[in-house]
Amino acid sequence: MADLTRLTAAQTAEAIASGETSAVDVAQAHLDRIDAIDEKVHAFLHVDTEGALAAARAVDAKRAKGEELGPLAGVPLALKDIFTTEGVPTTVGSKILDGWIPPYDATLTRRLKEAGVVILGKTNMDEFAMGSSTENSAFGPTGNPWDLTRIPGGSGGGSSAALASFQAPLAIGTDTGGSIRQPAAVTGTVGVKPTYGAVSRYGMVAFSSSLDQGGPCARTVLDAALLHEAIAGHDPLDSTSVDAPVPAVVEAARNGDVRGLRVGVVKEFGGEGYQDGVMTRFHESVELLRELGAEIVEVSCPSFTYALAAYYLIAPSECSSNLARFDAMRYGLRVGDDGTHSAEEVTALTREAGFGAEVKRRIMLGTYALSSGYYDAYYGSAQKVRTLITRDFERAFGDVDVLVSPTTPTTAFPIGERADDPMAMYLADLCTIPSNLAGNAAMSLPCGLAPEDGLPVGLQIIAPALADDRLYRVGAAVESAFIARWGHPLLEEAPTL
Amino acid sequence: MPGITREEVAHLGRLSRLELKDEELDHFAGQLDEIIGAVARVSEVAGEDVPPTSHPLPLTNVMRPDVVRPSLTPRQALSGAPAQEQQRFKVPQILGED
Repeated sequence: MADLTRLTAAQTAEAIASGETSAVDVAQAHLDRIDAIDEKVHAFLHVDTEGALAAARAVDAKRAKGEELGPLAGVPLALKDIFTTEGVPTTVGSKILDGWIPPYDATLTRRLKEAGVVILGKTNMDEFAMGSSTENSAFGPTGNPWDLTRIPGGSGGGSSAALASFQAPLAIGTDTGGSIRQPAAVTGTVGVKPTYGAVSRYGMVAFSSSLDQGGPCARTVLDAALLHEAIAGHDPLDSTSVDAPVPAVVEAARNGDVRGLRVGVVKEFGGEGYQDGVMTRFHESVELLRELGAEIVEVSCPSFTYALAAYYLIAPSECSSNLARFDAMRYGLRVGDDGTHSAEEVTALTREAGFGAEVKRRIMLGTYALSSGYYDAYYGSAQKVRTLITRDFERAFGDVDVLVSPTTPTTAFPIGERADDPMAMYLADLCTIPSNLAGNAAMSLPCGLAPEDGLPVGLQIIAPALADDRLYRVGAAVESAFIARWGHPLLEEAPTL
Repeated sequence: MPGITREEVAHLGRLSRLELKDEELDHFAGQLDEIIGAVARVSEVAGEDVPPTSHPLPLTNVMRPDVVRPSLTPRQALSGAPAQEQQRFKVPQILGED
């Protein structure tokens, strides 16, 4: 059998179900790959060898007994270290939770286990998912498999790097302002931010609760759809969980087609700050959609130019409140408890020692924006901009079926280049943030390499809330047309490490 | 809009329960000043008549039946505690000596 780490998730599940290989062999091949190359990539914060092999053995035993296997049974997955895993460390990339072993599984973790998915370990991320490069991890940066001196995106850079370096065929991310889509774009992988509320947030460490959304990461559109179906659905433990049927995403991914579809190109995404090679590949993608039978329409969403500003008030405001729970009393780090400090002083000493610079910046920014005297001008105005952005989307989707844009203004930048320049870092999420503010669904998939640097470029597709299936129908059509043109999937061109 | 001073950063640090170091005050003052200067433009665009959006879903008061459900045991709940005593979280002194 060919190298098991190069198979797609769909192929892997089929090979296990047919007995061509075993779940244990598949898990072992991936654990060996992690062992061989992750020292260079640093995608994982924790590898759960025992847990992965036990889960794989359970799948093989089920098959031996003739029981029916689910569509992802035995497929390995890299889990972002923001979801709780019972008995397995969960750090959120922060020193403040270093060594914490959660006593419960997130709903998403439980669903993956029930689907027979083999969780290999927990992946690196920007601390508390705040960042676009994974450099804000307290445990060191992750390298981009296309060029290890460059960032793999963020906050879910460990997950995207694990996929692009064939350490796992599936991964989980969370997307508050682009943390699934931007890492996918810069690593040549596929990432989907489902409609807000589609995937339970129970057991997902909160950053900005009205924006946070978990979702699937994969190397193909079909694999992302299979994972989407496994993790989505109503959860009574999350009061913001959408109580509606999961759109038929797998069926859509198996029937890629854009004929007769109206595709909107957002006029505001482009121009100054956008890399030439990114725009070249984007325009080619639009031409491809036209050739495939879509009707291309230019649309204007004028409020999008205020999205970044609104986001950097709303997300920090919610984070300053959410992260108040890290008070050094019930779990996690405690510093200064030597009998000379009060509880309040111990809280402040612990937070000072446990949080990194970006987390502190955002907590203080949120505290500022919510202060009396500033509340109306900052947080209040940002909430109004959120309304205007939602209206822009509604108007656009009255005219077109999906919107397209580049996922990110540039390809992967060098590690260190923007590390201490917050405003430059924030620009990486220019095109992804509007969908978080409005709560709709969006995907990034590879659309080629930028001519000037040979690094991956992502195409973003945006669909109305609860119409996630459109992403997969369009994404699958674009993916197969590109593969036909290139002669192979884009990741075949990545270094083998 | 006045710039963010190091005194203001110190104040924000106190409100945020962050025992900031002296060298952080200047560093954060410059950065927060730049960020706040950039995000302040949100006030230019929306008029009085635009309602605020706090959340993408139109949800209010999602309730569940008031019945006992399985939950963590005391041992599980205390498993990550920095300090514990007699099946309780042990915390540093919260009131003054006198």
